[in-house]
Amino acid sequence: MAEERLAPLPAGAFRAALFRAWDSDICYSFRRSPVTVAAAAATLLIFAGAGFAPWVAPHDPFDLATVSLLDARNPPAWLPGGSWEFPLGTDNLGRDILSTILYGSRVSLVVGFASIIFAMVLGVSLGLVSGYLGGFVDALIMRVAEVQLSFPAILVALLVDGIMRGIVPREYQDQLAEDVLILSIGLSFWVQYARTVRGSTMVEKSKEYVQAARVIGRHPAAIMLRHVLPNVMGPVLVIATINLALAIITEATLSFLGVGVPPTEPSLGTLIRIGNDFLFSGEWWITIFPGLVLVVLVLAVNMLGDWLRDALNPKLR
Amino acid sequence: MTVPSNRPPLLQLEHLRVEFPSRHGTLTAVDDVSLEIAEGEVLGVVGESGAGKSITGAAIIGLIEPPGRIAGGRVLFEGERIDDLPYEKLRRIRGKRIGTIFQDPLTSLNPLYSIGRQLIETILTHTSLSPREARQRAIDLLSEVGIPSPAQRIDHYPHQFSGGMRQRVVIALALCANPRLVIADEPTTALDVSIQAQIIAVLKKLCREHGTAVMLITHDMGVIAETADRVAVMYAGRVVEVGPLREVVKHPRHPYTVGLMGSIPTLRGSRARLAQIDGSMPRLNRIPPGCAFHPRCPRAFERCEHERPELINDGPSWTSCWLYAPLARTGSDG
Amino acid sequence: MIAFVLRRLLQSISVMLVVGLIAFSLFRFVGDPINNMVGQDTGDKDRAELRQELGLNDAFVVQFARFVGNATKGEFGVSFRQGRKVSTLIAERLPATLELSLTAATLALLVGVPLGVYTGLRRESPLSKLILALSLVGVSLPTFLIGILLILLFSVVLGWLPAFGRGDVVQLGWWSTGFLTRSGLRALVLPAVTLGLFQMTLIIRLVRAEMLEVLRTDYIKFARARGLANRAINFGHALKNTLVPVITITGLQLGSIIAFAIITEQVFQWPGMGLLFIQAVAFVDIPVMAAYLMLVAFVFVVINLIVDLLYYAVDPRLRIDRALAGGHGG
Repeated sequence: MAEERLAPLPAGAFRAALFRAWDSDICYSFRRSPVTVAAAAATLLIFAGAGFAPWVAPHDPFDLATVSLLDARNPPAWLPGGSWEFPLGTDNLGRDILSTILYGSRVSLVVGFASIIFAMVLGVSLGLVSGYLGGFVDALIMRVAEVQLSFPAILVALLVDGIMRGIVPREYQDQLAEDVLILSIGLSFWVQYARTVRGSTMVEKSKEYVQAARVIGRHPAAIMLRHVLPNVMGPVLVIATINLALAIITEATLSFLGVGVPPTEPSLGTLIRIGNDFLFSGEWWITIFPGLVLVVLVLAVNMLGDWLRDALNPKLR
Repeated sequence: MTVPSNRPPLLQLEHLRVEFPSRHGTLTAVDDVSLEIAEGEVLGVVGESGAGKSITGAAIIGLIEPPGRIAGGRVLFEGERIDDLPYEKLRRIRGKRIGTIFQDPLTSLNPLYSIGRQLIETILTHTSLSPREARQRAIDLLSEVGIPSPAQRIDHYPHQFSGGMRQRVVIALALCANPRLVIADEPTTALDVSIQAQIIAVLKKLCREHGTAVMLITHDMGVIAETADRVAVMYAGRVVEVGPLREVVKHPRHPYTVGLMGSIPTLRGSRARLAQIDGSMPRLNRIPPGCAFHPRCPRAFERCEHERPELINDGPSWTSCWLYAPLARTGSDG
Repeated sequence: MIAFVLRRLLQSISVMLVVGLIAFSLFRFVGDPINNMVGQDTGDKDRAELRQELGLNDAFVVQFARFVGNATKGEFGVSFRQGRKVSTLIAERLPATLELSLTAATLALLVGVPLGVYTGLRRESPLSKLILALSLVGVSLPTFLIGILLILLFSVVLGWLPAFGRGDVVQLGWWSTGFLTRSGLRALVLPAVTLGLFQMTLIIRLVRAEMLEVLRTDYIKFARARGLANRAINFGHALKNTLVPVITITGLQLGSIIAFAIITEQVFQWPGMGLLFIQAVAFVDIPVMAAYLMLVAFVFVVINLIVDLLYYAVDPRLRIDRALAGGHGG
């Protein structure tokens, strides 16, 4: 079957499509809800701050030349003893909190996204394979999924992390810590994707066009991909937004527990851990500000996920 | 509309309107519907899906799902207005004086409770019987609707009954407080064809015996032909024809009804093709001006495009079609 | 009924075996067990002897069988880090974790379910909206942050409750309990709230979602059409139908509280198994990790079994249906 070539769309059609998208139910419910808009704005702000950290941050907290112990443990600017040079105060090593937060968010976001993408790719592939092949492979994959599902993500992540620690030679551990983290978190989240995709695949597989394709001689798997994937993208995206918040929390938790990213490249979780030691001596800002940013980030992602779920759910319209 | 009796009608709908505000504008699901049901009478309400039949039934007992609401007209039951009653008063009418039967017997019953419990609960709510008496009454009801070994089966759960049996239980539930009117919304649609006749027979028998009036809502003309005394045909939220059963079936007035009757396959007579009406019923937000049916009507003329017809009397039937307006004949009249 | 129980038992055992396999593989393949046990100076010959002695040259299956046998006796060898028997360590720490988890779980249920029901029934009330907003925040707050904030408020600023440790404990046989002393109870408050809060918000949202689903069903509509009183509908019909699937999910969630205790124990330095496990992960202390894994798996499996039995007792459809008992979510 020769692929038809689509004629290039005229510019007017594109603009019309944009208008239609803007006016669609999804965008409408988005515009209608001020909470969601606020959530999106907050998320964008943090993303931008993290993304442009090197340019936006007032200091480079990891350039040891500029960091001095004399500045250590300064309170935020509006409290006595603080200055606007370090708007949110400094930590025990004299690093500017605002800057560490910006860089830290970066790490948190990178790990969060990467692990979810990994989980998505892994889960979707396994789901497709499982649904299409059926039989023993399917049963095996689903068994593993079931067993894994009874354990919370954090435990799985901890376990994988621990195993990796035992396997990876000591010299490379710091370097690879971030990748190991992405692997561990990703591995703890693949199951939901796999199950959803598997379900859709099995439904599509029984449809007639797949058999028709076999008769023609075209490989049914390629056809199914073209039809299953679009169908499944909606639910997969919803799962991804829910999981993104969880992934960020999981990474923060692992770092807080000391088994996450190495201290040379702290994420928000690491910062909170560092600050925790100074709570009792009254230097609350070292832990609270990173904590606040983490909460806002996760909250915003959660709200966006909630809205997306409601918007895509035909039953609630 | 003529009701061949001297007593006031049991149920009267006067210019009822039900609207659903939505972001695409207000959808009028039921538009100026007027109907009557006499005591003990069976009124069949027939029409395609989406014609507004079920919503009319729901409006009578005040079970329209928000944001839908009754936007105009009145509902009178036994001479009194019930559409503006507060919740508690309306609740006491439901079940006790007006019973309801829904389409799907599987989902109508709570799967976690035995049917006996559901029956007894309803009986106790509406009567002052003791629990033991209520249980006995429940068993009697079950045997009235034809459930075998009712004394044992009363403690069984819904999933232990077949579809037909379940619908009999539903009928028992609807009738357990002896209501004067039963609204049956597609009671046989979810059942096997072979069971449908049985269920209709049960319903008919019980209503005859207790003198209960029935508003039988369905899209299946066959069911109506078996059961109804009078028929109302609905289209796009409006009543297009109302009359005694024989009249509407044998001498349909409204072109839509004509098409409807013509499209029913019969075993008698030979026909090369099944007649069908071209086009489809308009969506609620795209109802054409004037007569809602005029774009599909083979006999439409100019007046149909601008003026919405009211119910016009033609012999024993009433029909909302300009063809039957007195004095107006050809399309050249304005 | 018996068939059902037997089937579930078999399933549970197979899950335990799978987990056992993973735990065992940890032992064999992650790092060299010999290396972990002896110093650098030990000669190769001694190592080979040790290997033979410990049976590390036997076939995989034999070693696995030995491992399983030992595991059922509670024998997991000796901790790499502390040099003491793993089983002793666990026995010391188990009561702390269990008491904490139980308290947290009870809290989560006692508060979560009623709140969930309320927000389901009174969707539009301002209190509902407040509860939902707070629950959203609760789901977004990582457990350790909740703990830190609570410590900040109640220990640092207000000084009402202790921030670390377990307080005084009373020894009952091999079980040490904090329930019987005032300081023990005070020390329990913050960690239990921290641990239970996340679960509570999950329960609230779950119960609410289920309640809303149920209120939309046909049988509720039919119940209204029959003129049943609101109380009968909401608390008779709707509630029961809501709670049935909630049982499964909640049961599983509560099992995971044991695992989440890891975080809480770290924040509050609560001397439980979770803290032990964290230290084991950081140190790659395999025997402790493996033992913890098996123990947690066992708890999960037991809880799953109980939940299934409960489900069976509550949902009449399952008693006749031998086909797949409809678990929520599939």
